[in-house]
Amino acid sequence: MSSTPSSDNQRLDQRSAAPVAGHEPGTAGQEPVLSVRRLRVEFPTRHGTLVALDDVSFDIAPGEVLGVVGESGAGKSMTGNAVIRLLEPPGRIAEGEIHLSGKRIDNLPEDEFVPLRGRHIGMIFQDPLTSLNPLFSIGDQLVETIRAHLPMNEREAREEALKLLCEVGIPAPESRLDSYPHQFSGGMRQRVVIALALAARPEFIIADEPTTALDVSVQAQILALLKRLCADHGTAVMLVTHDMGVIAETADRVAVMYAGRLIEIGPVDEVVRNPQHPYTKGLMASIPGITKKLERLYQIEGSMPRLAAIPSGCAFNPRCPHAQKRCRDERPDLMPAEGSRAACWLHDPVDPLPPRQDVEGREVSHVR
Amino acid sequence: MCADTAVKPTTAAQGEILLEAHDLARYFDVSKPWLNRVIERSERLTLKAVDGVGFSIRRGETLSLVGESGCGKSTVARLVVGLYGLTRGKLVFDGEDISDLASRTGRQAASVRKRFQMIFQDPYASLNPLWRVGTIIGEPLRFFRPEMSSTDRRRRVGELLEQVGMSAMDANRYPHEFSGGQRQRISIARALANEPEFMICDEPTSALDVSVQAQILNLMRDLQDEYGLTYLFISHDMAVVKHMSDRIAVMYLGRIAEIAPADQLFESPHHPYSKMLLEAVPSLEGAGKERSVIQGEVPNPVHPPSGCAFHPRCPHANARCKAEAPRLIARSDGSEVACHGVEEGRLP
Repeated sequence: MSSTPSSDNQRLDQRSAAPVAGHEPGTAGQEPVLSVRRLRVEFPTRHGTLVALDDVSFDIAPGEVLGVVGESGAGKSMTGNAVIRLLEPPGRIAEGEIHLSGKRIDNLPEDEFVPLRGRHIGMIFQDPLTSLNPLFSIGDQLVETIRAHLPMNEREAREEALKLLCEVGIPAPESRLDSYPHQFSGGMRQRVVIALALAARPEFIIADEPTTALDVSVQAQILALLKRLCADHGTAVMLVTHDMGVIAETADRVAVMYAGRLIEIGPVDEVVRNPQHPYTKGLMASIPGITKKLERLYQIEGSMPRLAAIPSGCAFNPRCPHAQKRCRDERPDLMPAEGSRAACWLHDPVDPLPPRQDVEGREVSHVR
Repeated sequence: MCADTAVKPTTAAQGEILLEAHDLARYFDVSKPWLNRVIERSERLTLKAVDGVGFSIRRGETLSLVGESGCGKSTVARLVVGLYGLTRGKLVFDGEDISDLASRTGRQAASVRKRFQMIFQDPYASLNPLWRVGTIIGEPLRFFRPEMSSTDRRRRVGELLEQVGMSAMDANRYPHEFSGGQRQRISIARALANEPEFMICDEPTSALDVSVQAQILNLMRDLQDEYGLTYLFISHDMAVVKHMSDRIAVMYLGRIAEIAPADQLFESPHHPYSKMLLEAVPSLEGAGKERSVIQGEVPNPVHPPSGCAFHPRCPHANARCKAEAPRLIARSDGSEVACHGVEEGRLP
């Protein structure tokens, strides 16, 4: 079921031979808030080891929003969970390093890591109702969070809570402080969750599908809020979502994931308007647009491989219109491609693979 | 795999009317139990999930209902298929009054029911996990065509599976063996089993990833072209709706705010709510662009605002909007809009 030992070894050899990537373009000049290097997450099972994240590296600069997209099972949430150490057992970080503000955090003992959560890393989950305790008023929850992280007494913390609710745009915060989560609408709850995540002024926030449970008009409000607050406080955000539209409007840079690997990363304009990896191209073309009118949507044939059956070489090769022998044998690293970086042999700086052409000599294209 | 020949017939607009809905309404009693009402002296509460919705669908056409959660779009779908009874209003399907469909039983219901089918949102909840796929797809055939032999039925199930892009061998497997997209294909195959004329699709792709969504939407369009199906398509995703529809009805708190041909709605929406909804959709084209964010949320439908339900969020509301509920009024460009401002010429 799982990858054979020999292919595993091959991959290991490649990794050790490759130079360790430095800072990415786009974050140069600034010390990144979060720096993930060659992260590998494994799930040992009876049938062999499943590799849920494989060789994932990225940086996030202060005040920057990095969007992480991909389909379900691509490893987007897993990346966030690995950073904040919420992996479901038996999942574990097998390799790689995670640095927060220059300090390595993946090897910290549990009792030193726990205080980081909330204080230095904030978390916003998809469902605002389950991330709030239904038995405590939101005032109590805010005060508790603030006092857990900041040296404040009850009264100061309550004032701070009031300020936070104001900041996230809750009308009449004095009267809402003693309300319970069920008395809020979905959008208001998500505002409270954002207030909680920001309570201790963390330098980094993981927002995992923060607007998926909300209606579009409310979604627009929440995204604008998140973007404004993080810009004001210089908070770095990792925005995990499956919605390309949300990314396009909110993120500064985008990381596209596929089968547990990072396959393209770059500034949002570049990746959205001029995607370089064949998977990203297909993904963009398969999204129905408001302004474009297509008779048919492009469809990427097949589906993402299960973790137990990730093909050798490039994980996308069985579905890729350009796939050639090298794609099936060797796994590509991220390589500079136009304005972004893509893990695709078409962009090999030394020996770029020619794109496949159709009978009339045109490049096989996704957009029809 | 790609057919650029799949141009949808615009003649659908001239086709005969397949379904007509007049003044549909469905109220739900959401009162507290009797004892609480007596002790707390609280009144009976009625949730007007759908209140006065009327539209017609022509044969071969796709009409979409869009709106935010709680606007009543799914309730309309359930009223049309007879899963809920009507509180008020009239439904005419192909000339036959089916307003009492929900209370019909047996053969009486079957004669109409077999002519339309519903596809649900959640492909995990809508397939019986204990049945093999073949049994699931064959069930409508067993019910509506009891005379069919089991060999014929098995062959038909195989055909259906192939029609939706799966293999006839898949009939022997169980739903849990399939991915979300494949399950939705199975749902579609089941809906097609009886060769229905009319399909009601309630958020068929909102549980799916975009690349899978594209496959399912393309499949639905192909089936429409092949069998001349008529769709009532329900979604909250404006882009999906635009891709699929001939006409679109925008709903807000149980009423229709605007019905217009799809292209027109996107080019020149009239109702302020339609404008707001279109504005709020995050789009790929708008990367990095600052947008005006519309304030407020959908009000609680148990206590809807007076007059036009949208007036608390509407930047153009005046005294009349607060007092009087607007009616849908047809305009010369083929759209119908329920807005005093548009009617009076205050708004374009």
